Amino acid sequence: MSEIVLEVEGLHTYIGQHHILQGVTLTARRDAVTVLMGRNGAGKTTTMRSIIGLLHPARGAIRFEGQAIEGMAPYRVARLGVGFVPEGQGIFATLSVDENLRVAMHRDDAERRDRLARMLILFPDLDRFRHARAGTLSGGQKQMLAIARAFVNPQRLLLIDEPSKGLAPIMVEHLIAALRAVKHETTVLLVEQNFAMAEVLADHFFLIDDGRTVGEGPMSALVSDAGLKKRYLGI
Amino acid sequence: MKRAAPVVIVLALALLPLLGMEPRVYLTLTVAGLAMGMLIFLVASGLTLIFGLMDVLNFAHGALFSWGAYAGFSALLLLNRRAGWAESPSVLLNALALLVALAAAVLVAFVLGIVLERAIVRPVYGQHMFQILITLGATIVLEEMIRIVWGPNDQVMPVPVSFQGSWDVADVIVLRVPVIAISLGLAVYAGMLLLLHKTRVGLIVRAGVESGEMVQVLGHNIHRYFTGVFALGSALAALGGLMWAVFRQSVSPAMGGEQLIFAFIVVIIGGLGSVTGSLVGALMVGLSYNYVAFLLPKAALGVNMALMVLVLLIRPTGLFGASR
Repeated sequence: MSEIVLEVEGLHTYIGQHHILQGVTLTARRDAVTVLMGRNGAGKTTTMRSIIGLLHPARGAIRFEGQAIEGMAPYRVARLGVGFVPEGQGIFATLSVDENLRVAMHRDDAERRDRLARMLILFPDLDRFRHARAGTLSGGQKQMLAIARAFVNPQRLLLIDEPSKGLAPIMVEHLIAALRAVKHETTVLLVEQNFAMAEVLADHFFLIDDGRTVGEGPMSALVSDAGLKKRYLGI
Repeated sequence: MKRAAPVVIVLALALLPLLGMEPRVYLTLTVAGLAMGMLIFLVASGLTLIFGLMDVLNFAHGALFSWGAYAGFSALLLLNRRAGWAESPSVLLNALALLVALAAAVLVAFVLGIVLERAIVRPVYGQHMFQILITLGATIVLEEMIRIVWGPNDQVMPVPVSFQGSWDVADVIVLRVPVIAISLGLAVYAGMLLLLHKTRVGLIVRAGVESGEMVQVLGHNIHRYFTGVFALGSALAALGGLMWAVFRQSVSPAMGGEQLIFAFIVVIIGGLGSVTGSLVGALMVGLSYNYVAFLLPKAALGVNMALMVLVLLIRPTGLFGASR
């Protein structure tokens, strides 16, 4: 078993008066892809936003490489080497593609410029529309931009929230290929509703329901467990 | 070209009065209008950052304008009393005195801007009603502080002698202070464009305006950047305040309030967040005020409002505004 990068323990998070997370526990291991699955409203996005620091948990612990990060400001968590690709991409529509990539660089150094150049080779569309406004890109291209943007910095953990949402099947294929190309470089925690995509990419799964962790195991175990899939994913 | 349309409209409007007056009068009024426009732009440029970009309805902008004027006033007074720099016939000493006054104005407003943003603006981002209330409150406090420190009455600004009076260029009267204001305005315009579009800080600020949350997630402390932008906007208000005081040759505690409304009109005409829009808007307001004051004196005060209504009817987002 490889080293644990992220450890979430008994996490409780409120949004306003609503008690959304009521005990989420999960781990992500070095250089593996861990997928977080569950029905709509189960608390997947809330879990991601609590980890990156956009939401402050009321109780529970989040440790990143042994360091407690719960309640820490998002920019500090990001600086530790945690990347975040939010649901709906979160790209800057009025900025150009190039500016979107450059704004993500924590520092403007040679290493990051090299990485940026690599991303443009990996995603030729981004290179072609480099000076276009990001708002004019197609949904798939926006998602590629969001992922490329997260990889501009050398990340030790990458949180990706529902990258396939709203994409055409052909774009999902492209996305899977792109994520496969970069997944060995970093630890990934993925939220994904598209089971086919999760199946191909993930090594390990966690299931949450009503704000609680209700199952975990190697991805292959979930693939073959029809009862678990039906009960918590409705498939 | 869609982007060229506002420029064409402005030029057409600027040439229209030529039908009703002699060319020489027209030139004099045009120079005066450009100067007034540039003075207004100096105030509006700061508001473009704070209101246009950061979406903060900052009514304390006028108080910062006054504080800048008074800080510069004190610096000039001191330099003149101790060293006689303003009364000296030396252009160099005069220019130095003005530069020190400008630095004093900018410094005082920059520090005040940091304090205001941290203490009262930060808790009310995104809440317009609270912004209006709390910045109006701050305005009252800041204005009263001026009355305590400098007294309640108007005072005469010791304008360095080299910058008083006017030049007569081919029968067109060109006042000296407005020429300085025009140069300063152009420098501020160029500086703002460079800062916003050619630097990393500008890039992060433009991104932060679109989504502060996402900029944070990318590892930038957005609060620090917004404090900086607010302080910079405040410093620009002070620059405008000092130039206005030099132009009028006087300072008064309530001087900022009168200019604030012009600045808001200009930012709205130009389109929220557009520096170029603010420049064009300010020039339109300055020019139309001067032309109308000559042709139809009684209509001069209403013309700016009419201009704003007209612009908003044709382009609801302002001349250069992007729809959000």
